[in-house]
Amino acid sequence: MWRHLGPALAFILLGGLFAVVLVRIGNGRLDVREIQSPLIGKAAPSFRLASVTDGSQWVDSRELAGKMYVLNVWGTWCAACRDEHPVLLEIARSAHVPIIGLDWKDEPETAREFLATLGNPYAAVAADRDGRVAIDWGVYGAPETFLVSASGQVLIKQVGPMTPQIWSDRFVPLLNGGAR
Amino acid sequence: MSASRLRRSARGVSSGVAGLGLALLLLLLGPLARAIDNDVAFADALRQGRYEHLTSELRCLVCQNQTVADSNADLAADLRRQVREMIAAGQTDDAIKTYMTERYGDFVLYDPPWTARTYLLWSAPVLLVLIALLSVARVIRRRSRMPWSEDGEATP
Repeated sequence: MWRHLGPALAFILLGGLFAVVLVRIGNGRLDVREIQSPLIGKAAPSFRLASVTDGSQWVDSRELAGKMYVLNVWGTWCAACRDEHPVLLEIARSAHVPIIGLDWKDEPETAREFLATLGNPYAAVAADRDGRVAIDWGVYGAPETFLVSASGQVLIKQVGPMTPQIWSDRFVPLLNGGAR
Repeated sequence: MSASRLRRSARGVSSGVAGLGLALLLLLLGPLARAIDNDVAFADALRQGRYEHLTSELRCLVCQNQTVADSNADLAADLRRQVREMIAAGQTDDAIKTYMTERYGDFVLYDPPWTARTYLLWSAPVLLVLIALLSVARVIRRRSRMPWSEDGEATP
């Protein structure tokens, strides 16, 4: 009888492990496609790009230094960005942190139309037309949202659309305690 | 088995053979499919070789099961451009791989390095073989100790 206990225990253990992982994938707590960013805790990559809203202006990461900001990577071609747009507008209204947009591989003209129609949650929007800055930030799919501390460290990265839930669970705690 | 059923099963076998033949033919035609990355990046064979090798070692992060060389995703094209420019600028293969992992993590490499995060991944095959050998050894030892074993090595 005891001989069968080992295999049975191993089976239950493995089965349990599979069940836990599957349930976590099922309820969206675990995304197997999500790639952990090596940038977390490191200095945010610098950039200097033309502004989408005013082509004669620059959006420069050095000018953002010293205060916390959110960097949101989006594009007018990205359907999920359209979905999250109202959430960003709400965050811009209620939270005391500027959202900087990184308009990824997009035409500034189209982006301006998009923002004129749907509203502009961004304090500034940088035009990353050839996607070079996005590579520096390790972006692999829009939308992606980063939180950068006052000292210029990447605190957190959200892959996929921002939701009120994710904002209040993952970002807000860092906003309040995270003036690091 | 009746004659008609025999004929039917013979037909089944022949269509199975035809299907297999078709599958083999398609397999042989596979390499003829044109590559995504058609442009020759470098005129000299050495740098072109490095370029092809590097892009086939980097994972396309959007599609995740394709290499940067095989993918037609926008990001893969951007990463190919990055590799091309870095080779042209005289950077070493290691420098280019470091550049990629600093931004995208070890996941971007199809051949991840031995680090604290990957040691379980790399040692898993060896561990599994060891576990298998140990359990085989245990079973053999137990069987050989059984009372009805032929060589009379019976234990009470």
